[in-house]
Amino acid sequence: MFGYYLDLALRSLRRNPALTGLMVLAIAFGVGASMTTYSVFRAVSGDPIPWKSSRLFVPQIDLFGPTAAAKTSNEPQDLVSYKDALAITRAHRAHFQSAMYNIAPSIDPASPGSRPREVMGHAVQWEFFPMVDAPFVYGHAWSADEDAAHAKVAVISSRLNDRQFKGEDSTGREIILDGKPYRIVGVLDHFTPEPLFYDVANRNFGEPDDVFLPFATAIDAQSTNTGNYNCARSPLEEGFSGTLTAECAWIAVMVQLDSTADATAYRQWLDGYTDGQRQAGRFSWASNNRLRNLPAWLDFKQVAPPDTKVSLLVALGLLVVCMVNTIGLMLAKFMRRSGEIGVRRALGASRLQIAVQFTVEAAVLGFTGGLLGVAMTWIGMTAMRAVLPEDIAALARMDGSLLSLTLCMAVLATVVAGLYPTLRATWVRPALQLKSN
Amino acid sequence: MQIAPILAALKKHRMATFLIAMEIALACAVLCNALYLVVERVRLSHVETGVDDDRLVAISLAGVDDAQAVDLGPRLRQKLSSIPNVESVAVANATPFGPQAGEAGFRIDPNDPVYRIQAHFYLGDAGFAKTLGLRLVSGRWFTADEYAPVDGFLPKASSLLVDADYASKLWPGQNPLGKPVLVTNLTFRVVGVVARMVRPNPSPFAATNSFITPALAGKGMASVYLLRVAPEKAQDVFARATAMITRDEPSVILDATASGPLTQLRDAYFANTRSMAIMMVGVIAALLLVSALGIVGLASFWVQQRRQQIGIRRAIGATRRDILHYFQIENFLIVGGGIVVGMVLAYVLSAVLMKLYELPLLPAYYLPYGALILWLLGQLAVLGPARRAAAVPPVVATRNA
Repeated sequence: MFGYYLDLALRSLRRNPALTGLMVLAIAFGVGASMTTYSVFRAVSGDPIPWKSSRLFVPQIDLFGPTAAAKTSNEPQDLVSYKDALAITRAHRAHFQSAMYNIAPSIDPASPGSRPREVMGHAVQWEFFPMVDAPFVYGHAWSADEDAAHAKVAVISSRLNDRQFKGEDSTGREIILDGKPYRIVGVLDHFTPEPLFYDVANRNFGEPDDVFLPFATAIDAQSTNTGNYNCARSPLEEGFSGTLTAECAWIAVMVQLDSTADATAYRQWLDGYTDGQRQAGRFSWASNNRLRNLPAWLDFKQVAPPDTKVSLLVALGLLVVCMVNTIGLMLAKFMRRSGEIGVRRALGASRLQIAVQFTVEAAVLGFTGGLLGVAMTWIGMTAMRAVLPEDIAALARMDGSLLSLTLCMAVLATVVAGLYPTLRATWVRPALQLKSN
Repeated sequence: MQIAPILAALKKHRMATFLIAMEIALACAVLCNALYLVVERVRLSHVETGVDDDRLVAISLAGVDDAQAVDLGPRLRQKLSSIPNVESVAVANATPFGPQAGEAGFRIDPNDPVYRIQAHFYLGDAGFAKTLGLRLVSGRWFTADEYAPVDGFLPKASSLLVDADYASKLWPGQNPLGKPVLVTNLTFRVVGVVARMVRPNPSPFAATNSFITPALAGKGMASVYLLRVAPEKAQDVFARATAMITRDEPSVILDATASGPLTQLRDAYFANTRSMAIMMVGVIAALLLVSALGIVGLASFWVQQRRQQIGIRRAIGATRRDILHYFQIENFLIVGGGIVVGMVLAYVLSAVLMKLYELPLLPAYYLPYGALILWLLGQLAVLGPARRAAAVPPVVATRNA
């Protein structure tokens, strides 16, 4: 029966090429524009670590209190103080946890004569690497013992490895950062998440990290923090040592909690910790902590530029306009065939059969529109790539999932739009139509 | 006018009329908001800086430590001014379209317990105003003895300049001269108002909240240099400056993303804004196209359905022009109905955007523009089918459909 309906649908579409063409074009434009916008949105707000993002959490502690300067809401700071970062990681309440801060040491060149250059990096604890599932091409992360011993070791990116060591296995060799030697223990295999999800409070798109140093080692070396630095009060002491004792937020923390129960327990522990600090006289306000998982955190930090979200909403509006448009055109098309419906009904077709026939026709229309929509999306994305900044353009690409999503969307939207015209078609009374013809 | 019979005829096609009107209403809502977003973005990318963009080159250094800064600032200023075609050099903490360097909360009322407002504090040496080409609208420039060394992130000075637009927001209806600005433990007083000084990272809704404070080059201010150059020489001077720094100052690192002719930094800063505007224009174009296709389709269907009635009207004396007008007026009425609903929907959508993304409410003057565009679009789309209707010969009336 389906084959017959398909045949009927194709015949009907061929019989009225102008109207069919209009409908297909309208669907294609609507779907094409929506999908192009969606692909850009997906590029800037994609989940960088979909397999475990819901198990990664960012704890936040209110360091400034409710009456603090320059606070517009009651949200705690994005980053924590050195004191709290140590307390959180030493308590070791999560499966994995790491404190981290942004560094940008200058690196001595591979060949003598060229200039030292600045590289981006993070000072992290050993658990960082298994927590973010960082892939290694050579070597491995440093160990817990090396962390504790403040070892002068480093993990570098494959990009830096290519530049400094021509892509050879560089583990065991040395790099000079800010004039100090570090032994390379591991080389990452193209670990360039976009956005840079483990520290969106400081950076999200752009240069990936090239070096990772042990947190304690970087603190020893007084590696300058190149990320944000916000203080409730002026530090009591000047210089780097002052930043360690100050009530200033500058260290990012991420923890891995494997179940909802773990997350609840962690939240309680965090509140307990800040209550303790209040009792000790450090804070004068009630606990005001947050523990967001990564998707919620990326959303809260508006990592996707609000512009893209707005344009996605506008593109969705366009899709709705398209559907209303399709309803109108389909109504015109189906009503024109009242005679045919009347004959089929008179010959014994049930209402349901009429409904199935017209739904199949709508689906065929949607599929055709979807195919053209894929072409439109491709054109739209090619155009967008020409105008988007490079780092985002690289992420906006046509792939299998986008292709199938475009087709599904077109078919689904058209079938939904076809519901009312189909219903109207089933109302056609056989006798009336036969009489007038 | 034959409005009454048109309305009577439309009653027979309630559903189709309703669908076109709804489509227009939705299109109107989306169109007005999308237009507003595009215009805001285009306006932002043409933001007036208050400085002579095409005559300025920015040099930003990364990782300058305090010990180095003490003599690096004055030394580099000297070397940069000796480059041919450089007219003057200023040492600063930030440059328009570069990273912000002195964003801070402040108070304008000494009794206010909290810092409610934020602005960007520019730090500049004695060459700052002249190099940038700032224009004073009231008060005075800094005097030589007001320039102070930097402590923390601000100079230990007591006077500042403010952007005129921002001053009128901070102290509406008052003379800003002499007003206090309290930040950290310092109290500044406004000594002059400049016509305009854009903040480093202008956004659609905060472009001019900036102050200028007098600072001495050296510790805390040795990373950003602004060069005023002869016309058309920006590119050349920038190349020479980077070559000089590479040769003479091997220990410093040029921050490539925040250095270059100011026009280039400006282009890079607005790259994202521009691409979003282009995407939005694409969506608007698709929206108009889809709406037009819908109108063409349904109007053609109606013309087809009413061939006999058209023939009868023609046979009893209606001219081709009458038939043409009939369809044009019909379209005008339907689109008009859609626009009325669409205006309400436009505000609903705008309210949603405002709640979700903190965008300001759609200004009312976008509505007539949206209405005009849709009316024109409707007339354009209906022209083809209406002409086909006008071409129906009277003899059709005598035939059986």
